[in-house]
Amino acid sequence: MNVVALFKLVPDLVEELEIDQSGTALNTDFLRLIINELDDHAIEQAILLKERSGARMTVIGSDAEGADDVLYTAVAKGADQLIKLMGDPNAVINNHAMARATAIVLKELQPDLILTGVQAHNDLDGSIGPLVAEYLGMPYVGYVSGVNVQNGRIVVRKEYPGGLIAEMEVDLPAVVGIQSAEQPPRYVTVNKVRQAMKTAAIEERPLPALDVSGGAAIRRMFKPESATRAKMIEGSTEEVTARLLDIFKEIGAL
Amino acid sequence: MVTTEVTERSFYEKVLEATPRGEQLRICLECGNCSGICPFGYLMTYPPSRLIAMLRADRFNKVLETDTVWMCVSCYACTAVCPSKIPLTFGLMTSVKEELLLAGNVPPELQTALANSQRYGNPQGESPRKRADWAKDIRPEVTVMAQAKRPVDVLWFVGDYPSYHPRVQSTTKAVAKVLNALGVDFGILGPDESSDGDSQRLAGERGLFEILVGKNGKTFSKYQFNKIITTDPHAFNAIKNEYPQLGISYPVQHYTEYLTERLDQLKPLLKHEVKAKVTYHDPCYLGRANGVFDPPRTLLGAIPGVELVEMAHNHANSLCCGGGGGGMWLDGFQWEKAHVRMSDWRVREAMTSGANILAVACPYETPRFEDAVKSMNGGGQLIVRDIAELLAESIG
Repeated sequence: MNVVALFKLVPDLVEELEIDQSGTALNTDFLRLIINELDDHAIEQAILLKERSGARMTVIGSDAEGADDVLYTAVAKGADQLIKLMGDPNAVINNHAMARATAIVLKELQPDLILTGVQAHNDLDGSIGPLVAEYLGMPYVGYVSGVNVQNGRIVVRKEYPGGLIAEMEVDLPAVVGIQSAEQPPRYVTVNKVRQAMKTAAIEERPLPALDVSGGAAIRRMFKPESATRAKMIEGSTEEVTARLLDIFKEIGAL
Repeated sequence: MVTTEVTERSFYEKVLEATPRGEQLRICLECGNCSGICPFGYLMTYPPSRLIAMLRADRFNKVLETDTVWMCVSCYACTAVCPSKIPLTFGLMTSVKEELLLAGNVPPELQTALANSQRYGNPQGESPRKRADWAKDIRPEVTVMAQAKRPVDVLWFVGDYPSYHPRVQSTTKAVAKVLNALGVDFGILGPDESSDGDSQRLAGERGLFEILVGKNGKTFSKYQFNKIITTDPHAFNAIKNEYPQLGISYPVQHYTEYLTERLDQLKPLLKHEVKAKVTYHDPCYLGRANGVFDPPRTLLGAIPGVELVEMAHNHANSLCCGGGGGGMWLDGFQWEKAHVRMSDWRVREAMTSGANILAVACPYETPRFEDAVKSMNGGGQLIVRDIAELLAESIG
């Protein structure tokens, strides 16, 4: 079985974010990138599957500062193949474009199962999992917190509100959006990662041409602004209601 | 999860490599003193002497299936009592933790601290850019080396908890106040400073320690100063005993030693009375591990109004606050196993001594002891203060 884990790097919120002069993007001077937390869980889940059922595991991410560290750490944990997509890193905030491009690479790899984090804090146009599934014509299940292989299919645990948990069988190939792995992502020692760096190879592949249609265009990026727009209406219930109706009429809501 | 076959031979070689006197392991008498004095030895499947027995029996893989070695807080008590002078803490226990880490047998809370240290240079996962934020309101302004671009007499290695922990920042500000009152020409590294790495090393993450030492070493070499002082006994221990082994050698003192050397200048500044019975807790890495027992007591004795009383366990026999060797990052794990905190035992002893103030000299201790005080019956009477805070109070 071939399992692929997809990851992306997102702005690290430990540092305060600043907006650059264009007003439509983050200032990258002090920006540090970190693996999307849920993608880290997707990698952990893939490693658990490999340990349990001997799957072959590939990790794919786009070229950005810190991508090599993520890839070498993954191989130190047990990944078999590392692929880095070389291209315009600014494009990663368009999931439609990234999903189309990644789908082209994935078709070639013919995976049985694709795992990715169910969401990321900088998803502007929906999460990438369902988009990848759509472009590959595969089924998708999201918000999953456990995957098992059974008789050529997978059984996933999906969490619903109110403490409900569903177990469902999914035909392969499929895409699964991971909410959390069955255990927290494991720690690998610095020495083990260093060892991996000496022996593992990262395959660099060109990122296929990006088609950004369907994505979001950023018009303005800004921090939450404080303003005093609230008006308190004084009086009896009748007076307040009458005044409210007038206001609704004034602004054309009625 | 255990995939590595560790035979006695390979493990022994690793210990040899990691410690200067590792070969001492061979001359263990099996007297059991180490396991007896270990504060959490009673909870360990394999306390130190049994670990050595397992090694000798070539049954080390059994050890890797257990997790109670993570109860070790590297307090140095075993090493201090060993008649064969075996480096139990930084040799045996640290190497066993290293093997557990490699085997993936690690409590998740510890993993987080290690991952944070690697990424942010501090175990708390705080922004490296904010490392000097505590100093914003200090006057005269604290010199940050990268901005000042001038030599200083003293480089103050502030440390992780003194930089970021809201409670410990009060100690840090007090140290700055005392240094300023003495007119010391000092500077700090601010965002350039990384964790000293000692507790990460003692938690078994040697590779991470080496990275942190490399970063700090590179930073030290950029600036001119005559000596380093530290707030944290763990940083003091690392820079004094471990950094030189990696080729980074500077004269270093704990702040209590530095201030004691300047007692003649300091004494006239201590104008305000601190009317209290004070008992002093010897931090493991100042006292037991490095023999600094007197300077903290001398400083306390110099404060007008202070009456010094000793607890039953003092000097080399001091109890541990439970924060060392990764203990700061294993509270949940250790509580599950022990249902007691080492800091509880110490606070109870401080209360029995009749003291109103429990004085400390390590940044791990103030929050740990204050937590214990809160949960102890009648503990509310006891005040926990770093020596620097008491000095600053007396300066006024």
